[in-house]
Amino acid sequence: MSELLAVLYGGGVLRVDPACPDWPERDRFILSKGHGCAGLYAALAEAGFFPLPELDTFYLNGTRLAGHATTTVPGVELSTGSLGHGLPVGTGMALAAKRAGEAHRVFVLLSDGECDEGSVWEAALFAPQHRLDNLVVIVDYNKIQSLGTVKEVLDLDPFADKWRSFRWAVREIDGHDVDAVRDALTAVPFESGRPSCVIAHTVKGKGVSFMEDKLLWHYRAPLGDDRAIAMRELGENE
Amino acid sequence: MRSAFIEELARLARLDRNIVLVVGDLGFGVVGKFAEELPAQFVNAGVAEQNMTGLAAGMALSGHTVLTYSIANFPVIRCLEQIRNDVCYHDANVKIVAVGGGMAYGSLGMTHHATEDLAIMRAMPNMVVLAPNDPVEAKLATRAAIEHRGPVYLRLGKQGEKRVHATDPDFRIGKSIRMREGGDATLLVTGGLLQNALEAAELLAGKGIQAAVISMPCLKPFDAQSLDGSTALFTIEEHSVIGGLGGVVAETLMEAGTRPTLFKRIGLPGEQFSSKVGDQDYLRREFGLDADGIALTIERVLSRR
Repeated sequence: MSELLAVLYGGGVLRVDPACPDWPERDRFILSKGHGCAGLYAALAEAGFFPLPELDTFYLNGTRLAGHATTTVPGVELSTGSLGHGLPVGTGMALAAKRAGEAHRVFVLLSDGECDEGSVWEAALFAPQHRLDNLVVIVDYNKIQSLGTVKEVLDLDPFADKWRSFRWAVREIDGHDVDAVRDALTAVPFESGRPSCVIAHTVKGKGVSFMEDKLLWHYRAPLGDDRAIAMRELGENE
Repeated sequence: MRSAFIEELARLARLDRNIVLVVGDLGFGVVGKFAEELPAQFVNAGVAEQNMTGLAAGMALSGHTVLTYSIANFPVIRCLEQIRNDVCYHDANVKIVAVGGGMAYGSLGMTHHATEDLAIMRAMPNMVVLAPNDPVEAKLATRAAIEHRGPVYLRLGKQGEKRVHATDPDFRIGKSIRMREGGDATLLVTGGLLQNALEAAELLAGKGIQAAVISMPCLKPFDAQSLDGSTALFTIEEHSVIGGLGGVVAETLMEAGTRPTLFKRIGLPGEQFSSKVGDQDYLRREFGLDADGIALTIERVLSRR
């Protein structure tokens, strides 16, 4: 997911102004999978929405960096945490922009497990009906959800076909290929008059050998040696 | 009440193009004219209340004043988390309008009775809760809801309710409306039972009991002053006795220094669902919410003194 956020905020996809987070003409980005907020906060801080050192307060008592995306953080468009909320709200923002003839777009990042929620599909039905081609869904399709693999819990496949049958214009990409991510996100809308869906195939914990594709790391934060190894594998100095 | 609502809404929407009505595929014969006249301010979200409410929050966060509209529990409980997280937490300018409050859809049965809505909506932070008592209050409540910036729950009756107020009363969020004076008992009424309460007060007067009647179209914020000086308090609502008007009055009284010697919540039993079937008037009689039933309960409680 980090590559998606990096391209959105650092790769010139989102038209936003860190000096003016409420700029009315900004593109809206909603992290509907609010539990991924650590990545979002990092992207926002890197983009200049708030000072980088504040990231060290993440999850601490008294911080404004809560464990789910919260609008008290500059640049966070919608407070999320409970799944299935981001797409309906983003759809409302896209409808409002469309009706007002405004040019900004709305990007909503969903998790795959989140697509178990009926509210996602209520919005997925609504958006094409209203020709919301200013709305973009990105699904972080890492194929793991809370208690098992997506295949084991509620298989989403054929996933792209589901979105297509709801009349979305769909592209599937390797979500870790930054060029592919940039190509897809700068090509929206894929079709005039239709909302766009980017299914980003990803590997949970990508880049850290012992985390990749492991359910455990949905819950665990790397500490001590784990942390040192992870940082080394990611090519970062502590 | 729903006619009073839609007429007032249409009047205000013509003046303010930022007002948007979002319906959950309900409102046949009610919303049609609005949709035809103001198509850019109308959305039918389909039979999808979660999306309807999230959508409304998204439009409100984009600068609109948005009303969601459906019947009974559908715009309220079905999408409660969208109301809590998307609307209330963001203090989004969304008005949730439920038509058919209480047992207005009587014979349609339990699924169509909104009888816990006031308690649930009252618990939501940032939410104003309005339950007007007659078409005049419904009109004024609609106006007040739209003028107020932030979430409002507006519980309406259905249609054909008797007009109680001859002229527009002074209607303000957080204020009650005194209808009748009397020193023996005070009747606090919300959500469409004002006419019955006034008739009950007449019946009681015939027996030498003088009852004050206060209309309570606003449950939150609550007008605590309406409780001042009463020795025997009765709350009357077409709602569970848990958490609605009876609940807010009980909470307020327990924290106040002075308390009445008698207090009784007149409403629906909160312990179980009813299996009774019938129209609203029938059900009101069955649950003692008609004028006779209200008067009888009050007389019985007062006789304990």
